[in-house]
Amino acid sequence: MRCKVAIWTYLLAYVVAGASCLSLVSAGARADTSLLNVSYDVSRELYKDINPAFIAEWKAKTGEAVTVNQSHGGSSKQALSVIAGLEADVVAMNQPTDIDILVERGGLVAGDWRKRFPHDATPYTTPTVFLVRKGNPKGIKDWDDLAKPGFQVIVPNPKTSGNGRYTYLAAWGYALDKTKSEDAARDFVSKLFANVPVLDGGGRGATTTFTQRDVGDALVTFENEAIAISAELGTDKFDVVYPSLSIDAAPPVALVEKVVDRRGTRKQATAYLEFLFSPAGQEIIARHAFRPRDEQVLQKFAGRFPAIKTFNVEQTLGSWAEVQRTHFTDGGIYDQIAVGR
Amino acid sequence: MANARTHRVLPGFGVSLGFTLAYLSLIVLIPLAAVFIRTASLSFEAFWTIVTSPRVLASYRLSFGASLLAAAINTVFGFMLAWSLVRYSFPGKRIVDALVDLPFALPTAVAGIALTALYARNGWLGQYLEPLGVKVAFTPVGVLVALIFIGLPFVVRTVQPVLDDLDTELEEAAASLGARRWQTMCRVVLPTLLPALLTGFALAFARAVGEYGSVIFIAGNLPMVSEITPLIIITKLEQYDYVGATAVAAVMLVVSFALLLVINGLQSWTDRRAAKVS
Repeated sequence: MRCKVAIWTYLLAYVVAGASCLSLVSAGARADTSLLNVSYDVSRELYKDINPAFIAEWKAKTGEAVTVNQSHGGSSKQALSVIAGLEADVVAMNQPTDIDILVERGGLVAGDWRKRFPHDATPYTTPTVFLVRKGNPKGIKDWDDLAKPGFQVIVPNPKTSGNGRYTYLAAWGYALDKTKSEDAARDFVSKLFANVPVLDGGGRGATTTFTQRDVGDALVTFENEAIAISAELGTDKFDVVYPSLSIDAAPPVALVEKVVDRRGTRKQATAYLEFLFSPAGQEIIARHAFRPRDEQVLQKFAGRFPAIKTFNVEQTLGSWAEVQRTHFTDGGIYDQIAVGR
Repeated sequence: MANARTHRVLPGFGVSLGFTLAYLSLIVLIPLAAVFIRTASLSFEAFWTIVTSPRVLASYRLSFGASLLAAAINTVFGFMLAWSLVRYSFPGKRIVDALVDLPFALPTAVAGIALTALYARNGWLGQYLEPLGVKVAFTPVGVLVALIFIGLPFVVRTVQPVLDDLDTELEEAAASLGARRWQTMCRVVLPTLLPALLTGFALAFARAVGEYGSVIFIAGNLPMVSEITPLIIITKLEQYDYVGATAVAAVMLVVSFALLLVINGLQSWTDRRAAKVS
């Protein structure tokens, strides 16, 4: 009998825990003159610094006290929550597809959200780079080395992770630039992914696999993540390698029109996003190892960001919707590669 | 159940049955029906293409195969554990007894991370296993290890009370009638315990099929090799493919339900047989 009681209590606990999580989230979203920023996973530390700076500036400018709540999780998962009714005033996602979906489903975001803020509504960029073990024992210099037989590369799953998608596209773009042939690019990317021994669900998981579990010769990840790893775990364990050509990951931001209109927070939410593009916001961004858009701020932090030749997804490979369709939907090129390995 | 009209000592049969059905519908049937309704928006061909694509098929093999194997292993070792806990007394018995429940209480993600840390190439166990050519973390073996971990309490906790009630006099009687030890075990003890063992097996299996949190850390999640079905569902959701996700979920539900029915059928069969014998 005791066991049955235990099992039922156990199941009941699950329900209670789930319910309390829900109520916490909705309570957080309901407070007055507050903003909710729903964002992706690794922007947590950045917005922890941005929010107090914005609150102070807004208070000085208008005398109004606002609070900013933040919610973080996988980019697509977060978008799904917003569609399901999480009351986000602003969203700051990992890639444009996660905002486009908010336009398609329920018209939560304006169709021309890219034009509402500078630089296609992307306050910063970060290129994809390699992190290798100290002294670079395998002599990894460029993408070609990662696709060689006998090398192990850690990349998160491109199906579930924006980080993984950018890595995949960076490799694709590199091979395309070198050979000018789609077939060769496909061949190159399949060789690279054949070298991946573990596919983590997200960028942080891949970082753990590489740094803590000691798996792989190189981790391909965003520059800001690579710099954060060095800061966190010491520079004596890993080296950052900049490939000859990389991709610019540009996480976009947008106003959730329906929510700000209902809650009457349009003014504050717009100011919040504009703050990201202001010199003060850009400095905080640069301190978090993202490359700022503001030239002057970039100059100031130039020592941190070595020059690297990059390309941009939408300029080189076509619209994100198209890229998503060709490469990542079920049965797309990535799936064909994955099944054929 | 067949003669519900017979007079009962305690009143309230109708109320309790009604409440049971209402509660069950609210908690179980309605959410599950939603899965099937979503799936119904697909044409049969589209549904079939989704649920029989090579990656999805590979994931069924891993999910159901590893879960069955893990439940079987847990049944054997869970029985041994329960036996030691009931029949012997030793110092620290209460602590061991409490330890059994730990996989219940531990957040599955913690279990996954701990197991991965243990079995990775640089982990406490992994560093000795790897030179022997045994790879656990980031392989299907890792999936099995995680599923064994989370399923263990189910078998122990279902077998323990039955074993508690099992009189040692039965065994003594068997022995005095000339039964050998293994005969006592196979013909006296095991038949009595079989229903409980089957229940434990079913619970451990059901838990393992649905497990996501711990497996995801240790599996490596390689398509066609170590991708579990729940991951396929999550992946589809992350691509905003609700319908595809529910299609795979529906298949999982149907297969799990069928397997559980078989196990329950087996259980009532052994129950009836046991009743006939005694």
